[in-house]
Amino acid sequence: MNAAAVESRSPTQLALRRFVKNRRAMVCFWILSALGLSTVVIPLLSSHDFRTQTLELQKQAPNRTYWMGTDPNGRDLLVRTFMGGRISFAVGLLATAVSLAIGVAYGATAGFLGRRTDTVMMRFVDVLYGLPTMFLVIIVMAVLGRSFLIVFMVLGCFSWMTMSRIVRGQVLSLKEKEFVEAARALGVPTPAIIARHMIPNILGPVIVYSTLTVPSVMLQEAFLSFLGLGISEPATSWGLLISDGAGALNPLRVYWWLVVFPGSQLAATLYCLNAVGDGLRDAFDVQQK
Amino acid sequence: MILFFLKRIAGGLLALFSIATLSFFMIRFSPGSPFTSERRMPPEVLRNLERAYNLDKPLPVQYVLRMKGYLTGDFGLSTKYPGKRVDEILLPSFGTSIQLGVLGFAFSLLVGIPLGILAAARQNKFSDHAASSIALTGICVPNFLLGPLLVMIFALYQKWLPVAGWPENFSPDELLKLILPALTLSAVHIAYVSRLTRAGMLDVIHKDYIRTARAKGVDERTVFLKHALKNGITPVLSYAGPMAAYVITGSVVVEKVFNIPGMGQHFIDAVFARDDAILMGAVLIYSSLVILLNMMVDVGYSFLDPRVRLT
Repeated sequence: MNAAAVESRSPTQLALRRFVKNRRAMVCFWILSALGLSTVVIPLLSSHDFRTQTLELQKQAPNRTYWMGTDPNGRDLLVRTFMGGRISFAVGLLATAVSLAIGVAYGATAGFLGRRTDTVMMRFVDVLYGLPTMFLVIIVMAVLGRSFLIVFMVLGCFSWMTMSRIVRGQVLSLKEKEFVEAARALGVPTPAIIARHMIPNILGPVIVYSTLTVPSVMLQEAFLSFLGLGISEPATSWGLLISDGAGALNPLRVYWWLVVFPGSQLAATLYCLNAVGDGLRDAFDVQQK
Repeated sequence: MILFFLKRIAGGLLALFSIATLSFFMIRFSPGSPFTSERRMPPEVLRNLERAYNLDKPLPVQYVLRMKGYLTGDFGLSTKYPGKRVDEILLPSFGTSIQLGVLGFAFSLLVGIPLGILAAARQNKFSDHAASSIALTGICVPNFLLGPLLVMIFALYQKWLPVAGWPENFSPDELLKLILPALTLSAVHIAYVSRLTRAGMLDVIHKDYIRTARAKGVDERTVFLKHALKNGITPVLSYAGPMAAYVITGSVVVEKVFNIPGMGQHFIDAVFARDDAILMGAVLIYSSLVILLNMMVDVGYSFLDPRVRLT
């Protein structure tokens, strides 16, 4: 066996290789990419505009011109559904980015400083954990207004706690590891230790948990929009579309398409995001706590 | 034992206090007041209004006054309905919300746990696979989507169940109105609880003490329901705490979908009208409910696992 011929691979490369072999996760990954891409492309290509209201064409069932039918204001549901998806995806990704930034910074600080600071900082996280945060989110939306920017900022600001716990735990255990001690003994400066030894080892859990944060904030956005507290007209999102559909339910005629099309896209997205997250967790072999 | 209860109660009160403080300052530090969006009014009228609602006093004084109010059961005055107290507005609907929340919470556990036990007892058989696929759909179909779908299927296409509303008495016809809201509110949690029960039971079922019980000749039903369940169910109880918060938040959605006259609509209206007193009152009531359910879970936990009582 010639050792030199064996190509060395980093743990991240190995994990990605394992992920690619996970069929369920890969299928979901491609579905997600296709969905994400079509929310960007379809509204651009479609001949319908998502805001144009045609009063004679209210609540048309799906037909040749309007593949997904029209909404209570006579707007093309297909374009609206994909426009809504665009906003939902954007909120999901941006809110996750916000929570990632806060969570990593907070957790790393607590883990590095240790001792009293760590105890106090994590106590605060415990308190936040115990609160029904959705109500606090709603209060913030009430006082700050309801725009796209505020929706994702607020959701991000209320979903970083688990991330900070994970990062803090990793930092605490890494600090004590022999290779970090060895590097320190060799005189490697702290920034280099962080860049070379800490970050690569924290990366796995952070990636995994971020992926699982996306569906959870998307769900919260849809929840808020459904109640009318999130994204507001003329912009739209899956939650808002489902809310329109639910509002149009009546015993005389069932406008099923108003609920089914946006709803199935939301459900498919949530399912795929969770499947990809689970796949990454298995690939990176992260212990979920 | 008594110390354990006292500690839990103190913890609950502390949580309530932090919610009240956090929401008070979040509201007060934000720009605008309940009167800014109204049509322009003479400054002296505005000043009088602010005095009536204590808004003219310095912030710490306002804060102390408000907290004192809550301690004495005074929830303050609504700005949306002038002259009405918050408790006058919220109290009539408050009972309905509690019933709905408790129903959803109980339903999740009472359906989810037996489903999980069934799945564990028939591991890899049809009912196990059926239970896990139900669980999967439960996880990716949120309540605000499930509600309208269930209404469409069971109330509009098939006219089996009422479309909306809340029972006014205990006649069977009226009680039918509970089924869809309870199912909508608890579906996701039934899914999670059954998965957790199944995993917990399968974890325990291979332990030595279970083998001993079986070797003694204890029949399979007793092994499952008495010996295994007690340990197998602990993961469910640690999920039940956060679940309380989800169920209570979900009840706002369910009230909207099924037109149930609960606190939810007042809460949402208060967001649009920026009625701070109603907002805070509703949040505090919702939070107390969450905290109360959490305490019940803690007590249940301490009975199943006596080690908890020591901490």
